[in-house]
Amino acid sequence: MITLPSVLLLSGILFSLSVAGIFLNRKNVIILLMCIELMLLAVNFNFIAFARQLGDIDGQVFVFFILTVAAAESAIGLAILVVLFRERRSINVSELDSMKG
Amino acid sequence: MTIVNILFYLFSAVLIGSAIGVITARNPVHAALFLVFSFFNSAVLWLLLEAEFLAIVLVLVYVGAVMVLFLFVVMMLDINLVQMRQGFTKYAPIGLVVAAIVVAEIGSVVWVKELGLTNIGDVAPLPAGYSNTKALGQLLYSDYIYPFELAAVILLVAIVAAIILTMRKRTGLKPQDIAAQVAVRAKDRVRIVKMKAEGKES
Repeated sequence: MITLPSVLLLSGILFSLSVAGIFLNRKNVIILLMCIELMLLAVNFNFIAFARQLGDIDGQVFVFFILTVAAAESAIGLAILVVLFRERRSINVSELDSMKG
Repeated sequence: MTIVNILFYLFSAVLIGSAIGVITARNPVHAALFLVFSFFNSAVLWLLLEAEFLAIVLVLVYVGAVMVLFLFVVMMLDINLVQMRQGFTKYAPIGLVVAAIVVAEIGSVVWVKELGLTNIGDVAPLPAGYSNTKALGQLLYSDYIYPFELAAVILLVAIVAAIILTMRKRTGLKPQDIAAQVAVRAKDRVRIVKMKAEGKES
């Protein structure tokens, strides 16, 4: 059987890898968005593991809502990214230091 | 060690490997494809954890929609990769240190025996004929009906926001003005001229 601690440890490793990814790729906005998706995946692992362990399916409903909100978030984020690239011809975070549109 | 355990460890190892691929890939397209691969592995792990509906939703929604969107955007923008990679090795040590600290903290919390959870042992398998989708649907359409409607509104807002953000007015086009076309009246277009009939030619 799959035990709860092993799933939690897997999700912790996944989360910390995505945190490290945010540190490593701190210039590329697209990879930053991908790291956020990976973080949400790690959180979903926790929810599903606890839902199974406690025999309570409400945790899976939460995963459903997290997936919905993450899809909406990435759609809006990518739209902002496209507009940003059209304006500045760059998606480098360190060049986005002006508040004037 | 049962077959379920072996599958769990195998797919976990592949998942962690592809997550490392996401954060270290040189090309953003490769990073997106690694992310697709890690979503597939997560779907298999969720199947092993008896969350069948969510596993299928993960493949359909994430791999089928969100990651395709990511790939579209990555391929549409021409990014200066050399400039993007500057500072990668500079920030690598601090990133790895932070990751190691997070893993150590989560591991120490997870593996501690005095957690107070009494039912941390094995869980009984679900009875035969149990439908995960049916149970989830019954909960979603009864207890969570208002959050469900709110999620629908969030998706609608996301559609509207994405379209409004990326729509641009081009100059020099000659689009149809539907309102003007509908509002036109016969007297704007037809001029009726009253005149005497001409006489018989002689």
